[in-house]
Amino acid sequence: MNETLQRYTLAVAAHIALIFAWYLFVKLGNVPKFVMPSPGATLDALLQPNYNWWWNVGVTGTEIFAGYFLALVVGVALALVFTWSKALESFFMPLLVSLNMIPKVALGPLIIVWFKYGMFPNSLMAFSICVFPILLTTARGLREVEPELLDLVRSLKGSRWQVFAKIQLPGALPYIFSGMKVAAILAVAGAIVGEFLGSDKGLGYLMLQVQVTLDTPAMFMAVIMITLIGMLLYGLVLLLERWLVVQDARVE
Amino acid sequence: MADPFIRLSGVRKIYRRGRQEHLAISDATFDVMPGELVALVGPSGCGKSTLLKILAGLHPHDGGEVHIGSATHPFNPARDVGMVFQAPLLLKWRRILENVLLPAEILGMPAAEARERARGLLALVGLTGYEDKYPYELSGGMQQRAAIARSLIHDPKLVLMDEPFGALDALTREKMNLELLRIWKEAGKTIVFVTHGISEAVFLGTRVVVLTAGPARMADNFEIGLPYPRTLDMKTHERFGDYTRRVYRLLGME
Repeated sequence: MNETLQRYTLAVAAHIALIFAWYLFVKLGNVPKFVMPSPGATLDALLQPNYNWWWNVGVTGTEIFAGYFLALVVGVALALVFTWSKALESFFMPLLVSLNMIPKVALGPLIIVWFKYGMFPNSLMAFSICVFPILLTTARGLREVEPELLDLVRSLKGSRWQVFAKIQLPGALPYIFSGMKVAAILAVAGAIVGEFLGSDKGLGYLMLQVQVTLDTPAMFMAVIMITLIGMLLYGLVLLLERWLVVQDARVE
Repeated sequence: MADPFIRLSGVRKIYRRGRQEHLAISDATFDVMPGELVALVGPSGCGKSTLLKILAGLHPHDGGEVHIGSATHPFNPARDVGMVFQAPLLLKWRRILENVLLPAEILGMPAAEARERARGLLALVGLTGYEDKYPYELSGGMQQRAAIARSLIHDPKLVLMDEPFGALDALTREKMNLELLRIWKEAGKTIVFVTHGISEAVFLGTRVVVLTAGPARMADNFEIGLPYPRTLDMKTHERFGDYTRRVYRLLGME
C-alpha cells in the first residue's frame, strides 16, 4: 500500500515538475508569448468565449469515441468470423495485413471526397486507424486456446457458441484489451488529422483557425484538451480491463 | 463375470499428412471391466494419447472396433466422459469452484445442484477452502486436484487421464498417486490412465497395457496382482519389481 502511494505521489510530482519547468523556461528565457506561452497564459485562452471550447471538445470527443467504438465492434466481430471460418481467414487476413500497411492518414483526402467533411468522416478516420490493432490482437487471442481445452468441450459435445462464450472470448480479453489500449491512442490522432484535413468544427479545426492569428496559447490549450480526451478514453479502457480481466490473466 | 465396459479389438489409427502415412496405432486389443483403473504405458509417440482421444470420441479410428458400455453400465458418449490432461488447463479468469463447474454448464445441469456437487468434489480432492481462489493462487498439484474434480462434476462413467501427474515434481507425484487411488475408490469410476512412468503404471493399475513405439503396437496387457489399498511400501515388494521389469523388458530397456 505504501509503495503504491509512493508511486502515485511520484507520478503527480513528475507532472507538476514539468509544468514548473515550462513556467521557468518561459519566464527566465523571456520567450515571447506567440512562440511559447506560459502555463498561465495557456489557461487564460480558456476565457476566450468565441473559441467555444466545450462545444469543440464535445465535437472532437464524440468523433474519437464513435470511431473507437465502431472499430471495437467491427474488429472483434471480424476476428470472431475469422476464427469460425478458416477459409474466410485465409482469404481476408493477408488482404487486411496489406491494407494495414496503408498509412491511414493518406486516406484522409479520399474520405473527404467520398463523405464531404464533418464529424462522420473524422470518425471514419479514427475508425480506420484503430480497427486493425483491435482486429489483429483479438484474432490472435481467440486463436490462442489450448487445443486440449477444446478437446474437453468437444468430449462433452459442447457447441461452438459455448466454446466461444466460455473459453475463447474470456481467454481473448487480455489480448483484446492490449489492442484496445494501442487503438485508444491512435483514435485520437485519427480524428485530429481528419479535422486538420477538412472540418468546420472540433479542436483540430480550432487549432488551424488560431494558427492564422498566431494565438499560440489557444493552440497549446487545444493540444492539452486533445490529450485529456485521449487520457479519458485510455483511462476508461484501463478501468474496464481492471473490472473484466482477472489480474493474473492480464497482458502487460 | 460381468461384461466388459470397454472393448477394443484390432483398433488401428493412421495419420495422413499429404501423401505420407503414419501408423499411430496398430491392432490395439483389450477389455476394461467396469470400475477398473487401467494404465496405458509406453514411450512418447507410441499412440497412447491417440488411443485416449479415440475413447473420448474425439478422433475416428481407421479400423477395428471400439465399444464402450454394457447392459449393466450403459454409456452415453455425450456425458459419460471426464478428461484430465497433463496441464491442469484451468480457466485463469474463473475461481476454482467455477472451474469445476465448467462441464456442468456445458451440459446444462441444474446450477444449484451442480454447485453443491462441486463443493463435495472439492472436498473429495482435498481442496476445501479453496473454492473462491483463482488458479494462480494454487500450486501445480492443487491445480491438478481441481482438474480431477472438474472431470467428475457431471458424474461420468469413464474418466480419461493423459499423463495427469507428468508435470509435477517426484514427491508431489507420489502423493497424487495415492490420492488418485483414494478418489478412484470413493468415486467408483472406470479410469483409463496414460503414463510413461512404468512404476506409476504398475502402482496404480488394476491392469497395465503396454504400447511400444516405432512401430506403434500393443505389446502386452496383464493384470497387476497387488491388493488395494496400495501403499508406497509395495514399491519395494518383490512382485512389484517383477511387474516393472516385465514392462521394462517389453520396452527394450533391459
